[in-house]
Amino acid sequence: MKVTLKIWRQKDGNAQGSFGTYQMDDVSGDMSFFEMLDLLNESLVMKNEEPVAFDHDCREGICGTCGVVINGRAHGPLRGVTTCQLHMRSYKDGDTIVIEPWRATAFPLIKDLIVDRRAFDNIMSAGGYVSINAGGAQDANATPIPKANADEAMDAASCIGCGACVASCKNSSAMLFLSAKVSQLALLPQGKVERKERALNMIAAMDEENFGGCTNTGACEVECPKEISLVHIARLNREYLRASLA
Amino acid sequence: MNWFFNFFDSSIGKKIQMALTGLMLCAFLIIHLIGNLVLFAGSEAFNGYVGALSSLKPVVRAIEVILALIFIGHVINAIRLTLENWRSTEKKYKVNGAGETSSLPSRTMGVTGSIIFIFLVVHLSTIWWQFQVQHGGGHFYDIVMSANIGFGNVLITILYIVAMFLLGFHLRHGFQSAFQTFGIRYNKYGTFIEWVSAIFWLLIPLGFVSIPIYFGLLKGGF
Ligand code: HEM
Ligand code: SF4
Ligand code: FES
Repeated sequence: MKVTLKIWRQKDGNAQGSFGTYQMDDVSGDMSFFEMLDLLNESLVMKNEEPVAFDHDCREGICGTCGVVINGRAHGPLRGVTTCQLHMRSYKDGDTIVIEPWRATAFPLIKDLIVDRRAFDNIMSAGGYVSINAGGAQDANATPIPKANADEAMDAASCIGCGACVASCKNSSAMLFLSAKVSQLALLPQGKVERKERALNMIAAMDEENFGGCTNTGACEVECPKEISLVHIARLNREYLRASLA
Repeated sequence: MNWFFNFFDSSIGKKIQMALTGLMLCAFLIIHLIGNLVLFAGSEAFNGYVGALSSLKPVVRAIEVILALIFIGHVINAIRLTLENWRSTEKKYKVNGAGETSSLPSRTMGVTGSIIFIFLVVHLSTIWWQFQVQHGGGHFYDIVMSANIGFGNVLITILYIVAMFLLGFHLRHGFQSAFQTFGIRYNKYGTFIEWVSAIFWLLIPLGFVSIPIYFGLLKGGF
């Protein structure tokens, strides 16, 4: 099939960016979205032009490195997948595909489609871990954890830190990301020890960055490739209430 | 007291301020609507009702002051939040898919709120103010129906109708959103919150709007 790509090109954070238009004449539906971009980049290199810079690593939806906004949708039109898991069969012959980087003040642009997501790391280093001494490996059944809690914690832990929640939010809020990180540990006995400081410190760290405030629009939940639920934001709000008031 | 200010000053604290003030304003809507519906009982009943309220002046004044503080809190916090959120989203998408991922009321809280604000300025400077000036005279019903500031005026009537429609819009998102802000999101309460929410975004605005529609559009005012 033939598709027209309109891709955001910007040399560096300070440069004035603009859209570049590229005609792709021989795209197969079985190609992944990134294989299609690889094809474009090969042709650009052949023509001695600058290839399109985009982030990717595992290409199987687990690392969270990739992520662009495609025709207005973070990680493309499908639910529950990352950009690297998107295939060209989601498009049809003659389509125009507009590809933009995550746009958020908290994620400054580095080049073309690559943004700096260090703001997430700063939130994580404020408490996204368990620092108690847990000793050697224990018997798996020594610490009983209700199945529902284990499942819920696992759901939260599936957040890959891609940033689609921020990118799709009209306020560029990082609440879904933060809520996944806080939730995951608040539900487990090992995490409960530091739950109060964790909630307060991580929220404070988020507020230090240029993220906006959450207004519960729910766009993040729709765009999250790991389908992290707003239930976790509700839990984060409860964690905040109990940490501040109790 | 420091913990108190810190608590309300974080990003989540500001959400909690919005939710608290918003729900308190919602509670006031119920009382206000019941009062307004007395209009349907005719001029004598309405004048009697407002007259009775006037004789409780100190109590009414105290409630008005509290209400004004809540309202000002809601608006100032809304402006603050909106400005902060603008700063976080300086760069815009060329193609924006927000329409596919979130509801229209949730994306227009600032706009619907601002128009409700304009309505309230008009409402307070006309009806409320006349009620204060006239409170001994007792012709409250006539003020509501009058040709210049009441439902005899087509523009005023239309403003009331539009504002109540937008209030419904504001509360369509706002009411249930406040519960999410308080962390109340469990399957067992979901349906209940939705039903109570419908009272606020649908029934109450319909109740309010029935007045300008009946007295303004159908009966042609005074
Ligand atoms: C001057 C008029 C008003 C303005 C400018 C305004 C603005 C706003 C804004 C910007 C929000 C936050 C948006 C969000 O969280 O999604 C909000 C939330 C809310 N507003 Fe208003 N509003 C106004 C009047 C009212 C009135 C009259 C009521 C009720 C009678 C009300 C009830 C609420 C509720 C319940 C919320 C939800 C709080 C939450 O999301 O947790 N607002 N308002
Ligand atoms: S919550 Fe979802 S969208 Fe946000 S960073 Fe984690 S995986 Fe990505
Ligand atoms: S490249 Fe690893 S998630 Fe897409």
